[in-house]
Amino acid sequence: MPYTKRRRLVRTAVAIALGATTLAACGSQSADGDTESGPASLTYWTWTPGMDKVVDLWNKGPGKKDRITVTVKKQASGDTLVTKILTAHKAGKAPDLVQAEYQALPTLVSNDALADISKNAGEAEGKFADGVWQQTTLGTDAVYAVPQDIGPMMFYYREDLFKKYGLTVPTTWDEFAETARKLKKAAPEKDLTTFSANDSGLFAGLAQQAGAKWWTTSGDRWKVAINDAATQKVAKFWGGLVKEGAIDNQPMYTPAWNKALNTGKQIAWVSAVWAPGTLTTAAPDTKGKWAMAPLPQWSASDNSTGSWGGSSTAVTTDSEHRAAAAKFAAWLNTDSEALNALAKESGIYPAATNAQTSGAFLKPPAYFANQADFYTKAADIAETTAPSAWGPNVNVAYTTFKDAFGAAAKSKSDFGAALDEMQADTVADMKKQGFEVAE
Amino acid sequence: MKSTARRRSYGVKGAPYAFLVPATVLFALFFALPIGYAVWLSFRKVQVSGLGLGSGARKEVWAGLENYTDALSDSELLHGTLRVLGYGCIVVPVMLGLALLFALMLDSEKVRLAPVTRLAIFLPYAIPGVVAALLWGFLYLPDVSPFYFVLDRLGMPQPDLLDGGPLFLALSNIAVWGGTGFNMIVIYTSLQAIPAEVYEAAKLDGATPLQIALRIKIPMVSPSLVLTFFFSIIATLQVFNEPTTLKPLTNSVSTTWSPLMKVHRDAFGEGDIHGAAAQAVIIAFATLLLSFGFLRAANRRQKQEAAR
Repeated sequence: MPYTKRRRLVRTAVAIALGATTLAACGSQSADGDTESGPASLTYWTWTPGMDKVVDLWNKGPGKKDRITVTVKKQASGDTLVTKILTAHKAGKAPDLVQAEYQALPTLVSNDALADISKNAGEAEGKFADGVWQQTTLGTDAVYAVPQDIGPMMFYYREDLFKKYGLTVPTTWDEFAETARKLKKAAPEKDLTTFSANDSGLFAGLAQQAGAKWWTTSGDRWKVAINDAATQKVAKFWGGLVKEGAIDNQPMYTPAWNKALNTGKQIAWVSAVWAPGTLTTAAPDTKGKWAMAPLPQWSASDNSTGSWGGSSTAVTTDSEHRAAAAKFAAWLNTDSEALNALAKESGIYPAATNAQTSGAFLKPPAYFANQADFYTKAADIAETTAPSAWGPNVNVAYTTFKDAFGAAAKSKSDFGAALDEMQADTVADMKKQGFEVAE
Repeated sequence: MKSTARRRSYGVKGAPYAFLVPATVLFALFFALPIGYAVWLSFRKVQVSGLGLGSGARKEVWAGLENYTDALSDSELLHGTLRVLGYGCIVVPVMLGLALLFALMLDSEKVRLAPVTRLAIFLPYAIPGVVAALLWGFLYLPDVSPFYFVLDRLGMPQPDLLDGGPLFLALSNIAVWGGTGFNMIVIYTSLQAIPAEVYEAAKLDGATPLQIALRIKIPMVSPSLVLTFFFSIIATLQVFNEPTTLKPLTNSVSTTWSPLMKVHRDAFGEGDIHGAAAQAVIIAFATLLLSFGFLRAANRRQKQEAAR
């Protein structure tokens, strides 16, 4: 009796162990050996809604011909996915294709998670603006991703309320400040906008417009210039407006913020090309009352904008079929059929320049039905996007931004000091990790 | 004959171990191993060379106690701990006081509709912490809260609950609202276990209901009070849901407001798994020390009282 009992136990244990190994086997993509051609089954991690429908087009069309099948695995957006990719990469099990925001590319490359696809997707370069493409090369000869969507920044305002309070659309930041003050005088309970510390991308975009280059390399050293003169100018400008009470200091994306936009308590928003989507849900009652204009400039002769958001499609080093994956990434972001579907199904603003004024972008977004030339204007603005410079620990700079600027906005204190903190924390983190940093 | 006897005795001796195997295996796989891995991670770090781009630029090396000294000298972690202790000083007494009060009231003879009331007090515990925090968060935001609307109409002052000192009250309120019911049930259950003879004797001696509550009920449920206190301390030190959920609504809650939030930020926001592991080990150790220290102190007192 005891003997059989023990044997049963052993058998169960073996069964459990076997189960575990089969599970593990399911997790890894087994190699097909051939990396250049032949049937390939690819996994794609993305957060873009409706991507499965776009990928269906590939699987039924060009993918079928080349016997390359792509499976979409829906993911959480932004930084959460970066963490997940890095964790999967540690286990050697990252998917073949991933969606990554531009500022996350250096982090991923630095972790050796992204493959150089210059051989297979290099010729796509001509389809994109230089400033956009440069973000995927990190200034090297390699190509680490194909741009998918971009977020050129623009100025959104309530056309009706601007008229009511006798305000003109600011073309420079000085005029912007004057407009805020004028509104405060005319309607003290209203604010032109708010300085929100809960989305670092906004501030990074504003700094980029001012000409900031936060991370650059010289030789084999990084140079971190988060508190350079251009960014100081931006920080002091917004800090000054918050301090004098000309604008609000509460965060965006809260129920209170939605209400402020919906009821006209806040009458403008510095945002990006994707704003119509956000406004549709945040301020549904004000549909058709908003208008879009270029971002105010630092001097009247300037013409540039920053970018807020935007992402790319990258191939990981764990992929067994890098060439096939790169082929798909290039198709997804340059083929007119794919771009049309992306615009229709996912509502993204394409990085490929020729797609910005065709197909779904011939008509303005429904929320901006009153502004017929919305996308023509957007494409013109997108062309003026200033180059950006991302580094390997953008995440650290971004979290420090949220805490330091959140505290400064709350106490209406010096934004310059918060900026110095951001610089110091970022450099300290890089040094701690062992990066060569030039002072 | 001889051989079967030996085999049987061997089998009987081995049986307890065989019974222990599943539990031990599960414990090792899903408890000891992950903790061991976290401790292992906490002694390592990532070393980057040069620009850190391309393959081979990043390797994991032995860090010794570096992550621990960094964590212990980190002022943010210390401030987070102090914030959480301040929060705990409000939550624990208020929550347990209310739980005891409600339990005693429900246990008194005069109460009506006891089952309904009990359920009503317990119900918030059934609501997930994140949902509760969101719900309260909306009520704290002046622009969307009905409370502020009423205060405004009455011409009363409208405090900013998401800032400074009131923020602690606002966070504590969520925890008290959600946790009182659970603690009340624990205390109430042990009140129900007190034999009726004890009350009868007390009544014959002329004790009033208040005296019964203070002199008989509370001392007799002190083991459950110790237990609920123990749970509350652990929950306080691990507070994460409420401040994380309120964070997007205000500038006053930083990403490092509580120690666990800092661990989460370092691991998943800044990608420093090793530093985060060291902090997690320190927090776990401090929690163990504090809660078991309390448990020992409570036990010692009980023993002293029993000896008297």
